[in-house]
Amino acid sequence: MAMSEAPILPRDQSLGDVTDQLARIPLHFPTRRRWLIALSLSMLLLTLFAVSVVVLFTRGVGIWGINIPVNWAFAIHNYVWWLGIGHAGTLISALLLLMGREWRNSLNRFAETMTLFAVVCAGIYPVLHLGRPWYLYWMFPYPATMGVWPQFRSPLEWDIWAVLTYLTVSVVFWYVGLIPDLGAARDRARRRGWQVFFGVLSLGWRGSAVHWLRWQQAYRLLAALAVPLVVSVHSEVSLLFAAGTIPGWHSTIFPAYFVLGAAFSGFAVVAMIAIVIRSLFSLKNLVTDDHLDILGKVLLATGLMTAYGYVFEFFDAFYSGEAHEIQTVHDRIAGAYAWIYWGAIVFNFVFLQLLWWQWARRSPLVLFLVSTSVAIGMWLERYMILVTSLYRDFLVSSWGSYTPTFWDWSIYIGTFGLFMVPFLLIIRLFPVIAISETKEVLHEEQAEASHG
Amino acid sequence: MAEAHAYGLLAEFDTPEALLDAARRAREDGYRDLDAFTPFPVHGLAEVLDIRDTRVLWLGLAGGGFGFALALLMQIGTNWSYPLDVGGRPVYALSAFAVIAFELTVLFAALFPAIGMLALNGLPRLNYPVFAASRFHLASRDRFFLCVRAGDARFDPEQTAQYLGRIGARTVELVPA
Repeated sequence: MAMSEAPILPRDQSLGDVTDQLARIPLHFPTRRRWLIALSLSMLLLTLFAVSVVVLFTRGVGIWGINIPVNWAFAIHNYVWWLGIGHAGTLISALLLLMGREWRNSLNRFAETMTLFAVVCAGIYPVLHLGRPWYLYWMFPYPATMGVWPQFRSPLEWDIWAVLTYLTVSVVFWYVGLIPDLGAARDRARRRGWQVFFGVLSLGWRGSAVHWLRWQQAYRLLAALAVPLVVSVHSEVSLLFAAGTIPGWHSTIFPAYFVLGAAFSGFAVVAMIAIVIRSLFSLKNLVTDDHLDILGKVLLATGLMTAYGYVFEFFDAFYSGEAHEIQTVHDRIAGAYAWIYWGAIVFNFVFLQLLWWQWARRSPLVLFLVSTSVAIGMWLERYMILVTSLYRDFLVSSWGSYTPTFWDWSIYIGTFGLFMVPFLLIIRLFPVIAISETKEVLHEEQAEASHG
Repeated sequence: MAEAHAYGLLAEFDTPEALLDAARRAREDGYRDLDAFTPFPVHGLAEVLDIRDTRVLWLGLAGGGFGFALALLMQIGTNWSYPLDVGGRPVYALSAFAVIAFELTVLFAALFPAIGMLALNGLPRLNYPVFAASRFHLASRDRFFLCVRAGDARFDPEQTAQYLGRIGARTVELVPA
């Protein structure tokens, strides 16, 4: 499996030190104060989310800025955005595992954790958008006394199965990968509480040869399933758009364009989290500058692929020669929401070009800023796809406009709390970096070095 | 200590290579009831110990088939029970059923092997004899253990312990049952 690549981890560390360093983070948490500050701020955002949802449930979706013609806006826009962020976690842990890319091992744990809660944030949006969310259970086939079954031919129904499957498989993949590390943390724990906590969660894992054999089979199988799942979930989302005949949506590039954009924004957020975590927990020996370098390259590559989607949108419109398609392109670059379009271009692609230079990729600050700009840029892009397509379709009589209200913003900002609070709890309670997998890579590198 | 009360002998090694080497020699010298405990999956260990088990992979296949069948039955069944004519579109629309069929195929193809892996491994089982060994906590850190279980035909507390020392074990410990 070990390819003749440059080593990704410094070889002069012992397996024992790596174990102790990573297991110590939950057991003897190093940055208590900064963590508490972050948690308090996130709790505030979560409170804002809770309040906004209560207001939404009592007063209805009329508190949002949605109207006719823009009857889909922030709810679906943020759904797509959060889901996209989630996808990079799966791609890092699953696709790169299958490809035997060792550099994933330092990143996969928190990337997967990011996926879990990004998917939760995404999944909550269609529920909120239902209007009467307390009837959510109507989406499931339960033997209703009314004798009505859910409509399985409807894309809304596809959504719920896609998102729930994605969430379940992500949780299972995350937990299966975590079990050996929970065992390692259990063995390092000295206080009774931690021993019980990790003891119960590790399910009595003991690292027996036959356990590892079956574990590897299951883990790889899960990875192999997760990759098509990522592609399917986001393609399915984009099909909701592409299946409509709205100009600006009705395009065959959409599934690929959405999946690549998802990977683009997700890798940006992974890079941001990697930079914060490595400085917070002094993990520069495990999340090295080489890791940042690779993340920068991946970001640049997925960014350029996304840029291809932008170019294709023009091509698509003009090649079809359809007046309304061309009109939508014109609306995007020079219409009422032109600043969104140009904002997306600037935030997604202009700063991104810095990553052609190695110094920029290896500089945590530059990479962090570029990644932030990409996250913003992709948010603008999803806004553009939704609003600039809807606000002017075929009939002049149905042209309108859209302005997000306070409650649109408050729910969106609140989802950061919904994301951050559980994420912070997880990095407080569990090893943030996969211990056994990191050791495996380190050992392979050391063995390779000693054999020449 | 009488043999009946022992789980086996636990021999500690510094590197996976040393463990592999020792395991290979123990197999050659006739030991059969062996197990190993390592901090990460050691490449080639299963072959040396002659462990073959592909049931997890078959469970994945079975789960996929189950999910696919379940999804189709569910969608066809509900449409059969309550046929909704939407603009003359087919009630049994296989292309419209494909998305959920795919999702449930993947869902159960993931759940079966994940749960099956734990079940086959006998987990959760919070306690296990080897946990009593004084140095076993290192098996999740950086040490590699070979275990000769008491059930082995050639097992003898003293002689096997000496044998393990000869093939390079750093420490050898008798694990009570």
